[in-house]
Amino acid sequence: MDHLYEMLKQVDGYIYPNEIELHWSILIVLYPYITGLVAGAFILASLERVFKVEVLKPTYHLALLTALAFLMVAILPLVSHLGHPFRAYEIMTTPQPKSAMAIFGFIYLWYLMVVLLLEIWFDYRRDLVLWSQEKKGFLSRLYKILTLGVSDVSHKTVAWDEKLGYFITVVGIPSAFLLHGYVGFIFGSIKANPWWSTVLMPVIFLFSAMVSGIALVMFLYMAVSWFRKVKIDMPCLDEVGKYLFYVLVLDFTLESLDQVHRIYEAGESFEILHLLVTGKLTYTLFLFQGLLGTIVPIITLGIFRIKKPNEKIRKPLYLMSSLLVLMGIFFMRWNVVIGGQLFSKSFLGFTSFKIGLIGMEGYLMALVWIILPFFILSFFLWLLPPWKKHAEENV
Amino acid sequence: MAGTLLATSVSNPFTAYIFAANEPDKSKPWYGIGIDIEKCIGCGNCAKACKAENDVPKEPFFFRSWVEQYTIKNDGSLKVQSPNGGIDGQTQDIHEDEIFKTFFVPKMCNHCEKSPCVQVCPVGATFESPEGVVLVDEKYCIGCRYCIQACPYGCRYLHPEKKTADKCTLCYHRLKKGLNPACFEVCPTGARIYGDLHDKDGVMHKFLKEHNCHVLKPNLNTGSKLFYNGLNAEVR
Repeated sequence: MDHLYEMLKQVDGYIYPNEIELHWSILIVLYPYITGLVAGAFILASLERVFKVEVLKPTYHLALLTALAFLMVAILPLVSHLGHPFRAYEIMTTPQPKSAMAIFGFIYLWYLMVVLLLEIWFDYRRDLVLWSQEKKGFLSRLYKILTLGVSDVSHKTVAWDEKLGYFITVVGIPSAFLLHGYVGFIFGSIKANPWWSTVLMPVIFLFSAMVSGIALVMFLYMAVSWFRKVKIDMPCLDEVGKYLFYVLVLDFTLESLDQVHRIYEAGESFEILHLLVTGKLTYTLFLFQGLLGTIVPIITLGIFRIKKPNEKIRKPLYLMSSLLVLMGIFFMRWNVVIGGQLFSKSFLGFTSFKIGLIGMEGYLMALVWIILPFFILSFFLWLLPPWKKHAEENV
Repeated sequence: MAGTLLATSVSNPFTAYIFAANEPDKSKPWYGIGIDIEKCIGCGNCAKACKAENDVPKEPFFFRSWVEQYTIKNDGSLKVQSPNGGIDGQTQDIHEDEIFKTFFVPKMCNHCEKSPCVQVCPVGATFESPEGVVLVDEKYCIGCRYCIQACPYGCRYLHPEKKTADKCTLCYHRLKKGLNPACFEVCPTGARIYGDLHDKDGVMHKFLKEHNCHVLKPNLNTGSKLFYNGLNAEVR
């Protein structure tokens, strides 16, 4: 508890005595961040399938597997931050229906089990059957198990796979909107906290999710191509860049609208929020989220809309933009979650936030949760390689 | 405006469902609390007794009840303090010539009728007793801290050993034995009263009738049942 005594010395102004410690720390920053990556990646995949944006095809399966890998991890920081993680199942077994948070388990399971797993299964079933015949030993058995015993690869059955997969994608789009809009609602519905309490919060979360998910797929597509030593499909990358630009502009507009509205309305919380953004959040809001995470990528991608320099220039700039956007959206989550707890609900002062290196809520643990999905994705890409699938479609 | 009216008219039958509001059980007392700021001398006995009675951790970061000292200076600036929750009493370090007004405000759970904390608890571990007292079932709480975020008054904390949400229970264990809550028992000036809001002849009705009472943050519509006499606009 020594750190609390240390923080007590750093209190600025007056805060309620129970407000010294921030109750939602780095793990709760990661939860909406990772969930957003899932929703965004899925929506990008859906563009190809539902809206027939053929040029995005090279990223389609990568985006789906990315969404699955990150979704499998999304719940872990949330559960590990609980005071009683072993009671987490109570949210599912005895949910309190008036609570916005109580619905989380059901939306999560719906998205994981019904949308992502089913869609990927229908997409890969024919390949799983073919791979189970081609491979030997353990891998063959594993692929066979993954087919769930449905080994019919006749044109008629594969056509049904396609139809059902399409249907699930159509259902999946509102589900992805629900998943992340809902995460925004968890914050937006807290009327006690004026930094969170805005009707725009679910919409802002949704668009920022799309931004971060598209940026992640863009980065992964380039990274995977580099690892595989294959040429990047530039029309595809340009198309992803185009969508990233449009959604980024929308996201920036919505967030600006939120801020302009707060400034013009200037309610009773205005002074404390003004001190918050010009004080404790100066670097994370204006520099990391605003300038580096939003303005620089918007200008870079915007210029590409008007005039496209050659590939050698575009590729590193796309890489830079995707990484900057991923960093910017992380700090957007940081500014919402941490920023919303730095000021007192008395509106008269601030507490401070320190994060340790080790411990359940330390930097290292946070790093584990952010790196883990990349390992899971590597496994998925090894087990279900989209590039091999493409080759076999022509068999 | 029209949209708000429409939404209100549609949601009205479901108010009890959307909010955490339960219809009071008329056969049971429905407790409300009155605090007379004009009588509070800031001795901190209430906060001290609360810690002792309820095994609240002694560290200065965990309080079910505390006392704030407000000082408004002649230049209009405001200073608020509550060192160690006011348990050790309060000192005034501003010269009296500079002071326009100073007063003490005891704080505790408002036991709201439409409690945001009850509304957000994902498992129902935070609930309202039939007497209108907001309680936490520590054997059921998962420690998600959503209720702590939702309380506008800063009345909740995470118990450092139990790892569950903790808050004022209006000394429910004492109420059930016919005893007064500890903070009420030790107040030397009688600045605190509590009673059945259903009882038209009770102390709460008398208090509300004879004083000009306000609740904290009325704009949040939490249905606070903690009524203050002499509450300045500066108090949040």
